[in-house]
Amino acid sequence: MADLHSKFLGIESPNPFWLASAPPTDKEYNVRRAFEAGWGGVVWKTLGEAGPPIVNVSGPRYGAIFGADRRLLGLNNIELITDRPLEVNLEEITRVKRDYPDRAVIVSLMVPCEEEPWKKILREVELTGADGVELNFGCPHGMAERGMGSAVGQVPEYIEMVTGWVKKHSHLPCIVKLTPNISDIRLPAQAAKRGGADAVSLINTITSITSVNLDAMAPEPMIDGMGTHGGYCGPAVKPIALNMVSKIATDPETQGLPISGIGGVTTWRDAAEFMALGAGNVQVCTAAMTFGFKVVQEMISGLSQWMDEKGYTSTADFVGAAAPKATEWQHLNLDFVTKAVINQDDCIKCGRCYAACEDTSHQAIEMSDDRVFSVKDDECVACNLCVNVCPVEGCITMRTLDPGEVDERTGMVIPDDKRSWLEHPNNPSADPNMCITRGQ
Amino acid sequence: MANSPATPGLAAGRLAPQAYQDNFTDLHPPLNDHEALVAADRCYFCHDAPCMDACPTTIDIPLFIRQIATGTPEAAATTILTQNILGGMCARVCPTETLCEEVCVREVAEGKPVTIGQLQRFATDKVMESHPFTRATPTGKTVAVVGAGPAGLSAAHRLAMHGHDVVLYDARAKAGGLNEFGIASYKSVDGFAAREVDWLLSIGGIEVKLGQALGNGLQLDELAKRYDAVFLGIGLTGVNALGCDGEDKDGVLDAVDFISDLRQADTLSTLPVGRRVVVIGGGMTAVDAAVQAKLLGAEDVALVYRRGRDRMNASRFEQDLAASKGVRIITHASPKAIHGNGAVVEIEFAYTQDGPGGLAETGETFRLKADQVMKAIGQTLGDANGLKLEGRKIAVNDTGRTSHTGIWAGGDCASGGDDLTVTAVAEGRDAAEDIHATLMGG
Ligand SMILES: Cc1cc2nc3c(=O)[nH]c(=O)nc-3n(C[C@H](O)[C@H](O)[C@H](O)COP(=O)(O)OP(=O)(O)OC[C@H]3O[C@@H](n4cnc5c(N)ncnc54)[C@H](O)[C@@H]3O)c2cc1C
Ligand SMILES: Cc1cc2nc3c(=O)[nH]c(=O)nc-3n(C[C@H](O)[C@H](O)[C@H](O)COP(=O)(O)O)c2cc1C
Ligand code: SF4
Ligand code: SF4
Ligand code: SF4
Repeated sequence: MADLHSKFLGIESPNPFWLASAPPTDKEYNVRRAFEAGWGGVVWKTLGEAGPPIVNVSGPRYGAIFGADRRLLGLNNIELITDRPLEVNLEEITRVKRDYPDRAVIVSLMVPCEEEPWKKILREVELTGADGVELNFGCPHGMAERGMGSAVGQVPEYIEMVTGWVKKHSHLPCIVKLTPNISDIRLPAQAAKRGGADAVSLINTITSITSVNLDAMAPEPMIDGMGTHGGYCGPAVKPIALNMVSKIATDPETQGLPISGIGGVTTWRDAAEFMALGAGNVQVCTAAMTFGFKVVQEMISGLSQWMDEKGYTSTADFVGAAAPKATEWQHLNLDFVTKAVINQDDCIKCGRCYAACEDTSHQAIEMSDDRVFSVKDDECVACNLCVNVCPVEGCITMRTLDPGEVDERTGMVIPDDKRSWLEHPNNPSADPNMCITRGQ
Repeated sequence: MANSPATPGLAAGRLAPQAYQDNFTDLHPPLNDHEALVAADRCYFCHDAPCMDACPTTIDIPLFIRQIATGTPEAAATTILTQNILGGMCARVCPTETLCEEVCVREVAEGKPVTIGQLQRFATDKVMESHPFTRATPTGKTVAVVGAGPAGLSAAHRLAMHGHDVVLYDARAKAGGLNEFGIASYKSVDGFAAREVDWLLSIGGIEVKLGQALGNGLQLDELAKRYDAVFLGIGLTGVNALGCDGEDKDGVLDAVDFISDLRQADTLSTLPVGRRVVVIGGGMTAVDAAVQAKLLGAEDVALVYRRGRDRMNASRFEQDLAASKGVRIITHASPKAIHGNGAVVEIEFAYTQDGPGGLAETGETFRLKADQVMKAIGQTLGDANGLKLEGRKIAVNDTGRTSHTGIWAGGDCASGGDDLTVTAVAEGRDAAEDIHATLMGG
């Protein structure tokens, strides 16, 4: 069995699966059971300043998007940070960390944008024995209206400033949690790094309205006839999160900055993908909220089986392995040609590939009178749409043409070398000396 | 002229060669990858799942199904086999309709359970080429396991895994117990029982001694002295008698013998079966014998049970399977006499009804033509070897301890639990854990 042991910012945990700061980590009762179930660490539900506790709505705080068979794909919430008193949380954190020294316990924080409150709460957190802090610059609802959460995360200067205070007043490792509600994720990551952050974690939730109640004519979840935007998470947000992780992992300014990957991690494979793109570990919220703490067991067994199959002995062996391959469009090889191939034994003759290709793509699928579907190589542009709409996994595959073969659509002979947009004759701004023509 | 289903008397080769192959293939063909994903996707990953409680070996069903859904069927297999080392056979033979699938929340809600048994087979089939467990460091302790059926195999494997040296005795020339000699052919095709035994033994540390019967060369008290512990999984070797006239006529046989011959036959077309077969009994054995007689080409097969359908031990699914194969199920009829001059020709039944004083004959009788009569009214313990009994089985506590210190028992021969493969596996495993704890405790 592969060793899943993880060391993130020097913080040890028996596996790279941490629970993200959210309801699953809001109290000692939950966190103890999470550790018993096998979670490697937790980021405690965000703590705010001492004083009158936060007030949450007492109507529905979640909305959801479902797939077939009511599979929960996306979750939206309007919950605020912890609504339990600061002292209670700090006492619980102290007890839990004492009883689980081998697990990671990180404390998420969100206090007003002034140095004093940060200094004060950091002192208190240090006394708990926690392994580090995460700065919540991400929540997009409620707290943002009060100048915290994503209101800070959307202004790189604030991120840098607050991170600087945290590093100045505490020796604890500092993770800055980023909001995805920004047009270029590299900017806040760079700011965090300038401020001295030891790592970034991402993504927090995405601003969203999940549905509209057409009888009440109000967005849902509805509180007494009114709604507000919430934060979106769960499997649906994974692609957005993966892209943002890869951007930070490859940006020259932030390359090497440790990343904790968050957003839709539901299976071992999701975790492996985040880590391959550069995340040192992952954090999970919605999967635990959908299936309970036990879901980590599949993540553990799956990741370790996959690592064994690949010959990886530690997670460090593959963290970031896919990051260098996330590039810009202009560097892709335009002479690389594939063709869709339909496996007739697997095909159930539903015709979805035909409809998709005929109506919305390149008219490259033929349908015979007896419903045999086949690909016309001289029309197929290899867009992959048929693969994605086919209900049978693995039924349509993409075959790569070997060098020397002819692309029947263009007549081009597949070359041994590559040609990207930068070397393409159709690129008006390409260097003519670099252009490679293929004569078709 | 070749034989046909209508050929009178006992005859072999009633069907065309291809028909045997078609009739005796897998009852439930294995799922392909796509089917498995679709089936796995239906599981809700229930909390404190009812299916898990209903499994006698308590397999973590939601976890293994999720492992299939996430593309790691091998991990799913480990989850299954950790609890049930014969998870492959159980996937094929468990009456899931009365176990895990009966209580699946989707069965209760929609009448369509998650197909747990088929998914279990999908996962376990993936690891039959390699053995996922290794032995602990040797303990120097030795344990005799008598009976290489599901109970004995399960106990032997668990003991070997804990580092003990096991000697596994069986009276028969082949290991496997009823997996090899009893289970219906269409539930375990392609020599799966034997392959599974080989795979199980590949953990090492288990020496198999076949053709060695307790009570016939082997003595229990000697074994108890020679080994640090003894586990008995000797199943039920006796058969109940009908207790009616004519039971000794030619053509009257025990259903288990018919099935055992069938399981061991190299070519089914050489196996004789009657034109008109009557099977007496209401359990799994009766259904299996009746269905297989029909599949061998008998023209007319009747399964006759003395009470109503609801009292049959065979599940509704099995009853329907029998009916779908053309077996006629007759209930509320009890055998009175078997007629015939040397060989059976006819069998006479009395109609019965349930009354306040129990089952009573109505006084009315009827006769069925028959050239083969199979008795399937239950098996009994052969020899208790001096151990205390509870009812008609070896008395054991819930970890399999018998009345004799140092001797454990489990499976069909021991008290408690249903007579099922999966129950035998659970009892063998639990006894092995208790033996291990006892041997290592002091
Ligand atoms: C026809 C038939 C069909 C069945 N179908 C199903 C089914 O579909 N699903 C299901 O779950 N269950 C089924 N069962 C029940 C199931 O097979 C048994 O519950 C299970 O095999 C019990 O396992 P065991 O190890 O206790 O005994 P067995 O499988 O009977 O094994 C006992 C072993 O001990 C050996 N033995 C016996 N006496 C001695 C001795 N004196 N010395 C040495 N060795 C000895 C025997 O040779 C045998 O190998 C069926 C049973 C029968 C008879
Ligand atoms: C109900 C709810 C409450 C959350 N509260 C917080 C919070 O207090 N602090 C925080 O940093 N993130 C919070 N999050 C965001 C999660 O930590 C996480 O970043 C996000 O849900 C994406 O991960 P997921 O797709 O695995 O759910 C919350 C999410 C949910 C669903
Ligand atoms: S999940 Fe629990 S707290 Fe939430 S609405 Fe349902 S019962 Fe109430
Ligand atoms: S979508 Fe897939 S299954 Fe349907 S016709 Fe096309 S290839 Fe066949
Ligand atoms: S009861 Fe059914 S749906 Fe629930 S965990 Fe078991 S198999 Fe899955």
